[in-house]
Amino acid sequence: MIEIIYADNAATTKLSKTALDAMLPYFREQYGNPSSLYSFGQKAKEALEESREKTAHILSCEPREITFTSGGSEADNQAIVTAARLGEKKGKKHIVSTAFEHHAVLHTLKNLEKQGFEITLVDVHKNGIVRPGEIAAAIREDTCLVTVMYANNEIGTIQPIAEIGKICRDKGVLFHTDAVQAAGHLRINVKEQNIDMLSLSAHKFHGPKGIGLLYARRGIIPEVLIHGGAQERGRRAGTENIPAIVGMAAALEEAVSQIDKVTPELIRRRDRLIEGLNKIPYSELNGDCNHRLPGNVNFCFEGIEGESLLLLLDDKGVCASSGSACTSGSLDPSHVLLAIGRPHEVAHGSLRLSIDTETTDEDVEYIIKAVAEVVDYLRNMSPFWHDLVSGKRPHIFSE
Amino acid sequence: MALYSEKVMDHFRNPRNVGIIENADGVGEVGNPVCGDIMKIYLSISDGVITDVKFETFGCGSAIASSSMATELIKGKPVSEALTLTNKAVTEALDGLPAHKLHCSVLAEEAIKSAVKDYYDKNGIDYDPAEFPDCESCAHCADGTV
Repeated sequence: MIEIIYADNAATTKLSKTALDAMLPYFREQYGNPSSLYSFGQKAKEALEESREKTAHILSCEPREITFTSGGSEADNQAIVTAARLGEKKGKKHIVSTAFEHHAVLHTLKNLEKQGFEITLVDVHKNGIVRPGEIAAAIREDTCLVTVMYANNEIGTIQPIAEIGKICRDKGVLFHTDAVQAAGHLRINVKEQNIDMLSLSAHKFHGPKGIGLLYARRGIIPEVLIHGGAQERGRRAGTENIPAIVGMAAALEEAVSQIDKVTPELIRRRDRLIEGLNKIPYSELNGDCNHRLPGNVNFCFEGIEGESLLLLLDDKGVCASSGSACTSGSLDPSHVLLAIGRPHEVAHGSLRLSIDTETTDEDVEYIIKAVAEVVDYLRNMSPFWHDLVSGKRPHIFSE
Repeated sequence: MALYSEKVMDHFRNPRNVGIIENADGVGEVGNPVCGDIMKIYLSISDGVITDVKFETFGCGSAIASSSMATELIKGKPVSEALTLTNKAVTEALDGLPAHKLHCSVLAEEAIKSAVKDYYDKNGIDYDPAEFPDCESCAHCADGTV
């Protein structure tokens, strides 16, 4: 069997050894229910509150401002619905967001639209970065929420969160950021960045799957989505997933402690990957080349389709992802690529590689070679590519 | 379970009859780049029999596998028989396709019919236009359903 090069860390990551070790005692030894009165249960409660303190410290907020959720999607849903219900009471039913948010945000907004909310999606431009001035211009008297992701999950572009936060604070509008791709990779300080609500998910920073959190600034009481017991101060029912919560806190602590050390190396490898893939004719990087996550590379290649690219890369041991329609299960390619103005025909031919600290220089060189070979092979059998070469159809990118 | 059957993966990894035929007797192209798949079929026909067939495909794994299988199924067959090839036959020969990929087998059927139509047109052979797909007005890309 060939060796696997895992370059899909934006999809999910390997659980870190530190997180695993932190979690293990809570499966078979300290397995008590934190809601139980006896000391065995209270041990679990201690672990729960220690984890809350740890994560709060990292985000620069108070422990009571943290609500543990099943992941980023639930936290996004809860944050948006919270702001919507608060807004509704004051007759404010307008929300500002962007067209390239995660579906956990976009579909929640879509649902609110059906309930009479008006949604304004500001442009993310060709470089995949929101302009704070355009957020300011989109805010109205009846705006109850601005929600803009910290970093995009497909093209990795980093948004000017602090500036947007400042604008919202000045205008008295709640600001939520989906920080699922940023947490553990970029610095977060909810106070300095004027963030009112923030979502994150553990498995994107080498924590376990199925756990995340919602930060909601004191005074903003999260709307209950999961009804039942009084866990999480009555904001989220259900017995707390202690092993996962402990694992998330350990993983976040570890990831954040390593940011300064690993980021320059990661950026160097990312940029080498970009440089190598740029040599493939008629290809282009998606999103800004500097303001992007340290491990994210996303390219469009003319004349080929993403799913066949992924399958052939898989045969070469490379795990990656694509924004093609065939991989999204719909007829339209990635809404993110369309939002930055990529035409359908090249959006189908996209490739996302998301590397981490385990990706070596050799892996990077291997990936460059593998992608170049597969693109060449697929182009050779593509009538679309032949039409581009012969001039029957116009090229989109330059050589 | 894997996304595709072993048959699909075999035809995807080792596609049969890839290429072009210079001065082909019939050429058919269906699909468009906006939808993310184009199939082009080239036919050599002699005495009403398909003596050679080649294809080029821009598309996903199942699109490439469907083209490959469809060309195998019509190679050496009379043109009249190639016209009876259905997307269902292509799908069955591939040991099935996921539901949202059945469209690829439809494209393969239509590409072959389109190539045969081109052969008929070039040679002044009469045919019933109703037998051939009208790709221009196909709902696939227009209504967003597969």
